Amino acid sequence: MSLALSARPRRRQGIAVRIGSIVLPTLLLIWTLFPLYNILLIALSADGDEFSGEIWPEDWNWRSFQVIWEQGNEYFANFWHQFGNSLLLGLSCMVVTMLIGSLAAFVLGRMRLRHAWIVSDVALATYALPSAFLAIPFVYLMRVYGLSDTLWGVAASVVAFATPYAILILHQYGKLIPVELDDAARIDGANPLQVYLRIYVPMMAPALVAVGVFALLLAWNEYLYQFLLLTSSGDATAALIINDFFIADEAPWNEMMALAMIYALPPIVIFLALRRFMVTGLTQGALK
Amino acid sequence: MSGTHQALSDRLVSYSGPRRSVWRMPFKGSDTAWAVAFLVPYIAVFVAFVLYPVAFGLWMGSEPDLYGWLLSDPLYPTIAVNTLLFVAFGVNLQLFGAFLLSGYFMGGGWWRRVLLAIFLLPWAMPALSAFISIHYMVVSQWGFFDSLWLAVTGTDGPFLLLSRWSAMATNILSYIWKWMPFWTLVFLGARMAIPRDVYEAAAVDGARPLDALLHITIPMLANVYLVATLLSTLWTFGDFSTVYFISYGAPARQSDVLATYGVRAAFDFAQPRQGVAAMMTALPLMIPVTILLIRRVRRMGVQL
Repeated sequence: MSLALSARPRRRQGIAVRIGSIVLPTLLLIWTLFPLYNILLIALSADGDEFSGEIWPEDWNWRSFQVIWEQGNEYFANFWHQFGNSLLLGLSCMVVTMLIGSLAAFVLGRMRLRHAWIVSDVALATYALPSAFLAIPFVYLMRVYGLSDTLWGVAASVVAFATPYAILILHQYGKLIPVELDDAARIDGANPLQVYLRIYVPMMAPALVAVGVFALLLAWNEYLYQFLLLTSSGDATAALIINDFFIADEAPWNEMMALAMIYALPPIVIFLALRRFMVTGLTQGALK
Repeated sequence: MSGTHQALSDRLVSYSGPRRSVWRMPFKGSDTAWAVAFLVPYIAVFVAFVLYPVAFGLWMGSEPDLYGWLLSDPLYPTIAVNTLLFVAFGVNLQLFGAFLLSGYFMGGGWWRRVLLAIFLLPWAMPALSAFISIHYMVVSQWGFFDSLWLAVTGTDGPFLLLSRWSAMATNILSYIWKWMPFWTLVFLGARMAIPRDVYEAAAVDGARPLDALLHITIPMLANVYLVATLLSTLWTFGDFSTVYFISYGAPARQSDVLATYGVRAAFDFAQPRQGVAAMMTALPLMIPVTILLIRRVRRMGVQL
């Protein structure tokens, strides 16, 4: 009898867990995928049918993608050039952040430089004024630097804000690498550059990938500086086309959503390809 | 619980112990030159693209009259309250949700791994693409939600962007949708770094899952959680894209935050100094958060 009584709450608990194990993932999938589904739904709808109330378009209309592919709209006249600019911006931010961040983290973590902690503190102090807050003076200073209306001005803003986080991650990850490796290389006559290139960089690969992808995603998510700094079509990026659509009253929404999908593909592909490194790089030594 | 405490304290001691300088070989003069040379690129970036703009911004916003103008703007109190709400709810709901979800994703099973990969997509997706999609879901009358409402109830509504509060709620939820995956990943990593033997020792001592959560997971994640909160607070304060693309300040700029208000003042109304001054009013909150962040990271060496 007592066994039956104690088994009942346990059974109830088991049912609750089973229901939860179905409900939670379902809710999570709906929460995550709904905006993505909405993009797809509108992109595949025919012009004028975007808000017809259909849950799934009866006929998939690929015309919006074709228009973008052929640059067959005044908004897309230079689409591939601008898409290339976005790629160039993202990749350059990725490479420069990895390079600058790893060099600084190498000094902070592996070399005995007096007062090096100041660099670490100052780097974090960058976040006292988030990038949007600095946008106004930044735009004026870019004119002074001659970087206004260039991709490099935008890249500079992304790198300036990605690097402190990169230093933080790399500095901590570097603590997992045995210092005896550095010592052995030093005994063999290696100078700091050789230690950096032959030991530090290879051993830091997961963390470097993590901060590189972080910088890439930051550049791809960045919009404000592109909007404020890139005023001519030569260096304009794909993000600016989306904004032109967004503020235009008569823009075809299915084409805009198709563009938004294409624009989202590179970071998603890169992220999925490097996801394993991201998890390792962002998480090793997290409790230190 | 003695075994648990022993295992836990062993780990904590091993994690929080002072760190020796690692460059143990004789440090020659040329090495100093190398170290300086390695730091120069970052210092150059910092001086040119952070320090100088900050100094220039402080100079732009240094006139007291600007703040008088700001306080006389009837919109400013609304913007200030919106910003505080956006940060308070955006940061805390996002991090608490991320903490809970990281626990969920710690469970085994291939389907959880697949779900995690899908769940991380919003982070990888550009804000621009995602927010435009959400904007057209919530836009009045012909947006997805209003169309659905009409189809189900036969009446017009809920017009999410026609009320300040629902527009703000939409902004906050969209922000959480975009950034919660990133923090989930961070907490997931922090949980994975907790040694399994601590949990095993606790289980041997008769600890239930709730005990393990309260006495192992939460204490060991507390520092990561605090640093995540501080960092997220700073990033959320400066977020421009969410409000710009989701509500566009609607209705009648009632859902603007300091970031969008300042940029509009500077570039839509050609009043850059007022724009800078508006943003500078957040400094009394942001500077203490930054100092706390620096002190915490320096003392505990937390990685995110």
